[in-house]
Order: sequence, then C-alpha cells, then structure tokens
Amino acid sequence: MIRHLICSAVLSAAVLSPAFAQIDLPEDPAERGLAIAIESDARDQGFGDSSAEMSMILRNTQGEESVRELRQRTLENADPEDGDLSLIIFDRPRDVAGTALLTHAHLLEDDDQWLYLPAIARERRISSSNKSGPFLGSEFAYEDFSSTEVGKYDYMWLRDEACPEPYSELTCHVTERFPLYENSGYTRQIVWTDTDEYLPRQVEYYNRRDDLLKTLTFLDYRLYLDHFWRAHELNMVNHLTGKSTSLTWSNFEFQTGLAEDDFTRASLRRAR
Amino acid sequence: MGRGIFTGLVCACAATFAALPAVAEMEYDASGYIEPELQLYFEDPSDSRQENANLSIAGQLELEIFLNPDQTLVVTPFARIDGRDDERTHFDLREAYYEAVFDRFELRVGLKKVFWGRTEAAHLIDVINQTDTLESVDGEEKLGQPMVNVTVPTEFGIFDFYWLPYFRERQFPGVEGRPRIDLPIANDMALYESSREEEHQDFAFRWSHYVGAWDFGLSHFYGTGRDPLLTPGLDGNNQPILIPYYAQMQQTSVDVQATYGPMLYKFEGFHRWQLGENWTQATGGIEYSFYGVGGTPGDLGIVAEYIWDERGETGMNPFQNDAFVGLRWAANDIQSTAVLGGGIFDLDGNGYALSVEAERRFGENFFLQIETRLFIDVPPSDPFFSYADDDFLQVRLARYF
Repeated sequence: MIRHLICSAVLSAAVLSPAFAQIDLPEDPAERGLAIAIESDARDQGFGDSSAEMSMILRNTQGEESVRELRQRTLENADPEDGDLSLIIFDRPRDVAGTALLTHAHLLEDDDQWLYLPAIARERRISSSNKSGPFLGSEFAYEDFSSTEVGKYDYMWLRDEACPEPYSELTCHVTERFPLYENSGYTRQIVWTDTDEYLPRQVEYYNRRDDLLKTLTFLDYRLYLDHFWRAHELNMVNHLTGKSTSLTWSNFEFQTGLAEDDFTRASLRRAR
Repeated sequence: MGRGIFTGLVCACAATFAALPAVAEMEYDASGYIEPELQLYFEDPSDSRQENANLSIAGQLELEIFLNPDQTLVVTPFARIDGRDDERTHFDLREAYYEAVFDRFELRVGLKKVFWGRTEAAHLIDVINQTDTLESVDGEEKLGQPMVNVTVPTEFGIFDFYWLPYFRERQFPGVEGRPRIDLPIANDMALYESSREEEHQDFAFRWSHYVGAWDFGLSHFYGTGRDPLLTPGLDGNNQPILIPYYAQMQQTSVDVQATYGPMLYKFEGFHRWQLGENWTQATGGIEYSFYGVGGTPGDLGIVAEYIWDERGETGMNPFQNDAFVGLRWAANDIQSTAVLGGGIFDLDGNGYALSVEAERRFGENFFLQIETRLFIDVPPSDPFFSYADDDFLQVRLARYF
C-alpha cells in the first residue's frame, strides 16, 4: 500500500509537464482520497512566488453590501512539511488602509503572524490560534483563506460523479477530508475535484456540530505560465445565517522575483 | 550648529524633491480623514476659564510618493482646530521622510514615528517621539521626530541606529483646555539641562529579533528626556504656573513577548540615569483571547498588567505600584464593532481611573468612536489628582477618503 502511494507520487512528479497523463488511483478509499489530494497539490508545485489583488463583497441577509480590498504577496515554501510565507496589505475599508499582516504559515501548529499598524508605527506579534474566526468580517475563516496543503487533513474518497454546476460536463472526484489542526472550526469538508486538471470546484464545510455550515464554489479558472490554474471568483454561502461573500482575485503575477527578504519583519514595516 | 544640521537635512530632502523627474509620471497614493469631535465633561471645572463642552475638528492627509521600487517619500500632515483652546489648535507633520532600501540596509531621513514596546497600558520604553498630549491623555499620539534612521536587517535580527538632531517640546493644553493639570503649564518657558537646549544631539540604538514564540528587543537611548519635570514657578503676572524642565538621560531597556496560542506574555522595563540618580521601571502581564464567544463569531480578550517604579511615590510618576485590567470585545462583524473597557488601580489605595471605548464603522467610510474616562477616589497627593474633576465623554466621527 505504501509502495502504491509512492508510485503515485513518483508518477505525478514524472508528469509535471504541461500535458498531464491520466493517473492510476488506488482502490482503497483512504489511499484514493490522499492520492487525489497529492495529485492536486503536485500540479501546483513550483509556482515560486506570486502577487495578486483581492476584492471581497460581503452581503448580509438584508442585501446590504460592504467591500474589502487587499493585496497579497506569496512565497512558496519548498518544504512540504511547512507552509508558505505571505504578506497582505489592506486597502479597504479606508480606516484600516495601510495595515499589513505577515504570516509564516505552518501545517498543524499555529502560524507565526505579525501585524503592522502604520498609524502608531507599531509592529506586534499576534495570536494566530483563531484560524476558525472570520477574515475581515467575511464568511471566509482564516483557515479557508490559507493555502491548501496535503498534510493538513486525513482523506476519504467517497465517489466520482458529475461536477456541480456550472461544471456538470466535467467528472469530479468527491473526497471527504478531516482537519488535523486541533483548533479548526470544522469536523469535515467535502471537496469536488475535477478529474481533468485536478482543480477544486466546490467545498462543503461542516461545523463542529456536523451541520452543513458553508458552501464554497470556485469560478473563472485561468491558466498562468502554461501551468498554474487560479480561480478568480470564489463564492462562499453561509447556510445557517444566509450571509454570503464574493471574493475576486485580479492582477495575478507569478515568479516576480520575490525572496525570503520580502517576507521579514523589516519588510513588514515598509509594506505599502 | 544643531539647527544647522537639521536645516541641512530639510534642504537635502528638498533637493531630492527638486531633482525628481516629471511629477506627473510618479506613482503616488493619497488617503486621509476628517474627524469632528465633541467632548462633554460631567463636573464643573476647577478653573472658571474652562467649559463643560467642547467642539473641535481634526484632519490628516497621508501622501506616499513612489520614486522607484526602492525609494519612497511619505508625507503625513495633521491639524486640529479647537473650539476653545488655542494651544490645542495645532498643526504637525506626523511624518515627512525619505526612505531608500539598499541590499544590506535601509535609510530613512526626515520626520518619522517609531514605536518601541510590547505592553498595552504603559509604554515605558517608547522614548523616541514626543507625546502629543493635546490629542489624548493615553499618550499614544506622537509628534513627528526629526531623525536619520539606518536599519540593518540580518539573520540575527534587526539593528536600528538613530541620530535625532532636534528635540521637540511637549505641548500642554492652555488655560481653557480640558482635561488638564490644575496649574497651567507654560509651554513657552521650557528650561533645559543642556545648554544646547533643543539642539542637543540625541542618539539611540535598538536590536530586535524573534526565536520561535519569543519576540524580544534591547534598546539604548542617549539624549534629552521626552517627559519633562514640571517645576512650580510664577508667570509675568505673578500667577503660579508649572514650568517644564527637560533633563538629559541615558536609558537601557529590554522588552519581551511570548506568544503561545491564545496566551501572550509581555514585559518591558528600563534602567535610567538622569540628574545624578538612577532607577528602574518595569511593566508586564498577560493577554488572553477567547474566540467564538457564546457561539458568535466575536472574540473576548483580557489584558492584565502590573506597572512598577523603583522610586515609589517620590518619583512624581502616577504609575509606581499600579495594576491594569482591560477587556476587549470584538464582534468580528462587517462593521468591525468593538468595545474596550479598562481600569488602572493604584495598589497603594490612591484611587483608580476607568475608561470605556466603543467603535463601529458606518457604511464604507465613516468610523465612530465613543470614549469615556473617569477618575475616581484620587487623593490630592497623587499626580493624577488634577484630573479628578475632568471625567468626560468624547465622540469622534471620522470620514475616511
């Protein structure tokens, strides 16, 4: 069984070329779920660094809207046992404009996070153990927003079926994953991953009481550097409150020359 | 000489400006706010020239000009027009500096803000900038400090070197101002230990680093102390006043924070040499956060800190054996609703001060802050006694753009 997994990993490494061969998945549901996650992750390896702008529209049940805007720079961590480095600069709402957040992410432990408040020129290390809390008052939790790493979950393949709308012409692997991080807000998530590009198309989040809490759909995938797919529109709907958040990415740039020096406390102070 | 150097710096900045390519081609970012303020006092004032209500308006503009990816100009003018107190009507360049980032170091020249410290209630080791006491009694508003700052980031932490060529005096409220100390403070009669007065050349150094969950810093300051001693005197009409006296000091400080999940441990302290004496002051405590309070997305944070001064009550320091307890509730909603309540308790029984601050965003660009401060059971011997009749409620509504 372990050999089977290794074969699968080697295979996926061997086919890291623009055209992916169809891969053989193990039969056992747990191994199969893991193999799908590894494949999905492997196809996004090597992006190096990226920068992008994000806009969120928050909607409550009365239909009122509020806008958040930020810019994010990311440096891929080549170590699969550790998370990526990221720097976020907030632009809207205007009362927090200029605030910057530096994150050294980890898979199963708390991230290292520093916040810089330009109004009082103060840098502070902040607690990051609230990964289940709302990000900027939106329906996205911090943990939904952070990068997906294979080692964050246990997996169980459930079935293959037509992907959810609007991707019903594609076939999806439906996999259940169980967060290993003890402070996660979820008992489990169900992920629809298409069988062509191994991109996530939909995620259902189940809260601590195992109610269906939220559904996330990924739309408007675009290809960068002939290799890296990025969804440009992510819609999160909270089924318990009726609130929703539409998140839009724009101006993606890859391999812009960012290095570890751009993700230090010194760079946080002058992030603009 | 000192002023000459300062003028030289300003000229250098201006020359940089003049040498810029066509202004239209530069990238820049502008933001700011306008903020009317209402203050209401609950008790009649101790001085008949003071009132029970005040209106005022403040505004700030922040301009960032990107000369190229490694060079930036930052200019942040601030102004307040006060309905009652001429001293509180003031203008300041919070920041006006040139920044250049090189491979091995970073250079900043001009007026700038720098914050040192870890704790929430008392900012003992934060000595670079003069406090703007006209803006708030909590000491968190600062005047821009002229400086040349060289930052050297290394794998062993960040080394900061500061040359501070010009000193800025603390400005106190005028006779019509509230809250204030009962005796008026004569801003324009300030005295100095150094014959070079505000042109004394000050220097400072800081090293800060982190290892795992531990963030720490070691700092040293040499120069004019930012906090004046207030000495009794007489004005031109033989009326009693307080005269600020700025003494030289040297101070070495350490600061530490340990971050373990929802628990933060914080400490900062200094040893200071001033006017032939030397002593230690320190503060430390914990901050703990409860997440998802009562099944809501809201957080509740608790801060408990102790503040200590080796000199005891002889030091004219209101925080010599005091405890601070604060609660912060953040709703984590779209409007960023939050309430902060806190109290500082003198453990020698000399009264306590309470404050409650509530804030919320309205629409996209309006931000409302309501704050009340109460001074309770403060005896006449305590340095805070002057504020005992200055309990107040303050409402600020900012429009950001």
